[in-house]
Amino acid sequence: MNLKTPIATGSDWNFGILTDYEHEIARLADEYRLDTYPNQIEIITSEQMMDAYASVGMPVGYHHWSFGKQFLSVEQAYRRGQMGLAYELVINSDPCIAYLMEENTLMMQVLVMAHACYGHNSFFKGNYLFRTWTDASAIVDYLVFARKYVSECEERHGVAAVEQLLDACHALQNYGVDRYKRPSPISAEEEARRQTEREEYLQSQVNMLWRTIPRSEALDTPLMDDHEDPLGLHQQGRYPEEPQENLLYFIEKNAPLLAPWQREIVRIVRKLAQYFYPQRQTQVMNEGWATFWHYTLMNRLFDEGLVDEGLILEFLQSHTAVVNQPGFDSPHYSGINPYALGFAMFSDIRRICETPTDEDREWFPDIAGSDWLDTLHFAMRNFKDESFVQQFLSPKVIRDLKLFSLVDDDSEELLSIEAIHDERGYQRVREALSVQYALSVREPNIQVWKADIRGDRSLTLHHVQDRRRPLAKSVYPVMRHLHHLWGFPVKLASLEGDDIVRRYQWPLPDKTSER
Amino acid sequence: MSYFIDRRLNARHKSAVNRQRFLDRYRTHIKRSVEEAVNRRSITDMERGEKVSIPARDISEPVFQHGPGGERTIVSPGNREFVEGDRLRRPTGGGGGGAGEGGASDQGEGMDEFAFSLTREEFLEFVFDGLELPHLERKQLVDLEEVKPVRAGISKDGVPSRINIVRSMREAQARRIAMRAPIRRALREAIEALEMEERKDPVLRNPSRVTELRAEIERLEKRLESVPFIDTYDLRYNHLVNQPQPSNKAVMFCIMDVSGSMTQSHKDIAKRFFLLLYLFLERNYEKVELVFVRHHTAAKEVDEEEFFYSRETGGTIVSSALTLVDEIVTRRYPTAQWNLYVAQASDGDNWDDDSTTCRELLVKSLMPRLQYYTYVEITPHAHQALWEEYESVQDDFPERFAMRQIVEAGDIYPVFRELFRRRAEA
Repeated sequence: MNLKTPIATGSDWNFGILTDYEHEIARLADEYRLDTYPNQIEIITSEQMMDAYASVGMPVGYHHWSFGKQFLSVEQAYRRGQMGLAYELVINSDPCIAYLMEENTLMMQVLVMAHACYGHNSFFKGNYLFRTWTDASAIVDYLVFARKYVSECEERHGVAAVEQLLDACHALQNYGVDRYKRPSPISAEEEARRQTEREEYLQSQVNMLWRTIPRSEALDTPLMDDHEDPLGLHQQGRYPEEPQENLLYFIEKNAPLLAPWQREIVRIVRKLAQYFYPQRQTQVMNEGWATFWHYTLMNRLFDEGLVDEGLILEFLQSHTAVVNQPGFDSPHYSGINPYALGFAMFSDIRRICETPTDEDREWFPDIAGSDWLDTLHFAMRNFKDESFVQQFLSPKVIRDLKLFSLVDDDSEELLSIEAIHDERGYQRVREALSVQYALSVREPNIQVWKADIRGDRSLTLHHVQDRRRPLAKSVYPVMRHLHHLWGFPVKLASLEGDDIVRRYQWPLPDKTSER
Repeated sequence: MSYFIDRRLNARHKSAVNRQRFLDRYRTHIKRSVEEAVNRRSITDMERGEKVSIPARDISEPVFQHGPGGERTIVSPGNREFVEGDRLRRPTGGGGGGAGEGGASDQGEGMDEFAFSLTREEFLEFVFDGLELPHLERKQLVDLEEVKPVRAGISKDGVPSRINIVRSMREAQARRIAMRAPIRRALREAIEALEMEERKDPVLRNPSRVTELRAEIERLEKRLESVPFIDTYDLRYNHLVNQPQPSNKAVMFCIMDVSGSMTQSHKDIAKRFFLLLYLFLERNYEKVELVFVRHHTAAKEVDEEEFFYSRETGGTIVSSALTLVDEIVTRRYPTAQWNLYVAQASDGDNWDDDSTTCRELLVKSLMPRLQYYTYVEITPHAHQALWEEYESVQDDFPERFAMRQIVEAGDIYPVFRELFRRRAEA
């Protein structure tokens, strides 16, 4: 191949150089069929980068103290030099917004472009979770709408009132998604147009639902016999009929006392939680995919002579640091590095396709020897972390990372090693790791069980324990927040099988009446 | 398709609002840290920000989480010696999480503290939170010499540089319309009459009338033309009046006893007090000047370095310093332009009969001109004559004279706060 001359050497950059590199990366990415949203690449200062970090990757956000807290901790870490800010700030929107910091060297800029503008961007556009749950073209408009709405509410109802409401919503924001229902896409114009209408409608509907006189506790169970209740008003079974996993949605639609604007804010938090829902479940894949592509693209640039040795060496050093996986007993260990695992897995898929061994043929009969690019795209599009690990974690990756699984059972005195990287263990390690990434296992399974609309209006949640794991102490503050939203007593029961093993409630019962 | 946008010039501090919200929310925590810092810090670094730690549980954002207990499987990397079926002891202090739960760091702050830095401004904001300058409103507008020209409408006379063109042209146009209207009317009538005359049968025409009308028309047209486009009469000027301005300048006199009885630690305490006062004034006035006056038996105006660090011996005559301050005020700081503050630090020693002189000086000459006089006595011992005399001054000027006793460095900040407490609370 004819070697081209490098576009630039050294570590300085300017817009001309960046544009040239961007063109080259785009050309190569096209060869690999990376389908992306248009890129909007923004050059920003490190201070602006901290701002961007603090707003958890939203280009505009409503005001809330928790973002200030985030900002302060980012700032602190950055000042102390514990943290670089270089990689990764890319926003799942159309056009896809990626940030480059002005302090970065040329290598970093090229790397971030390859990583974010082609890696993450194509993942956002291709992966099924993002396609289902987010609407890239509408998110920025929606954020603008949300910010405006929240600040209007602050003007009308006071900062403190809005802040309390947001606190309460944030506590429940991980429970703002219907996992088995496809959401309707959000659009800012549509939202604004329908918002007033919805306010009135919602309020009237809620009023209807609650137009029953609250009764005293004594009447709770044997409500009334047929004689006293000839119309069967009290025989209508539980409400909601099916348990609801989307707590925020249930509150938005059913909380008896919320004002229309409060419902709207609950809705805003819920919609934003929904936007981040795919990101929580595709961390390994998303980072792995982006890392795989920056690695591949940078090497191609070098092969073609578009970058010089100095740059590629600097790149390799940085890349190695990113995919470094310290062992569990290292002082630097902080869980499995999603970059390392993702990169190892995508690279290994390519290897299995290109140069399969007998072991690979046995484990992956359908992809061994197939076209690697097709397989990689297939994997990127149709999986999330949980299923990706389940499908594609190969014995070789398990061996390379020396993964092992360990069972911690509080009824046993000792921990036990369940499986290691050997013939007998591969399958079990793979399964255990897959489960570790399942959102349903990572977060407690909590659902709305009953809203006592004919009685004391209390709300009951059920927590189905996963392998006897109880809730952390944070349950009480969360219950308090829930109580703020609901306005009447809230109860929570932890279930092991069908038995209730633990009850929580808020407000706390009086000491005197405690059993 | 891609495009680059240079956002570097865009507004920074997009998070400023959120940051402020955070600080407001944890005001009490932060205030406590700041007060501790003020007491602990050395004098020289009151001017920087401060690191503040808040217990993490107070600022956590709770969500439903799994607690310790139950049964869990953890996959970790980096196995070396384990084989399947190995049993091992729980790592102590691992919170039941075992090897899989990283996160608790053993360097720097643990996870139990949320630490962050306040900027210098924020730090001082908290230091002086709830404090107010006493009697800022005392100065009546009449005795203020500082003035600022303010626009005060339009006037008919003024200097050319202040001509208001739009208003002048409008006046001119109005005048032109007004002056031309009767001429135009007469002209129109003359023209109509002339036309009527000319439409008549030539036999009936009155030639002399025609000539007369023609002359009239010509005369009127001339008059019309001679109405001036603009006249001196039309000119309008922007009018400025001088409005008295409250003075934004303050001068702070630091008076300190440097006689043999004042040790370096006394001086350090005094310095902190002066420093707090200075920072406080600096936040309230645009410009603050410092005058250092030290005294033993004689007073002298010195620079800061000498003020705090040179040692003298000998007796103490406080009135010498007060006399000097009085002179300096008269000579350099006219009360109409300057807000005067005096802070005096001493260990309470004075020549016995001098204390009366001090009181005389203060009551007769100094106090009427000052905004505020603070006296701190740095001594663990009983008060002497000076304190008693000053107490009588305080009775005369309870609003503007304040005195407190300081025993050790830790007292400074509370005393300072007390002296400058917002008056509503007092």
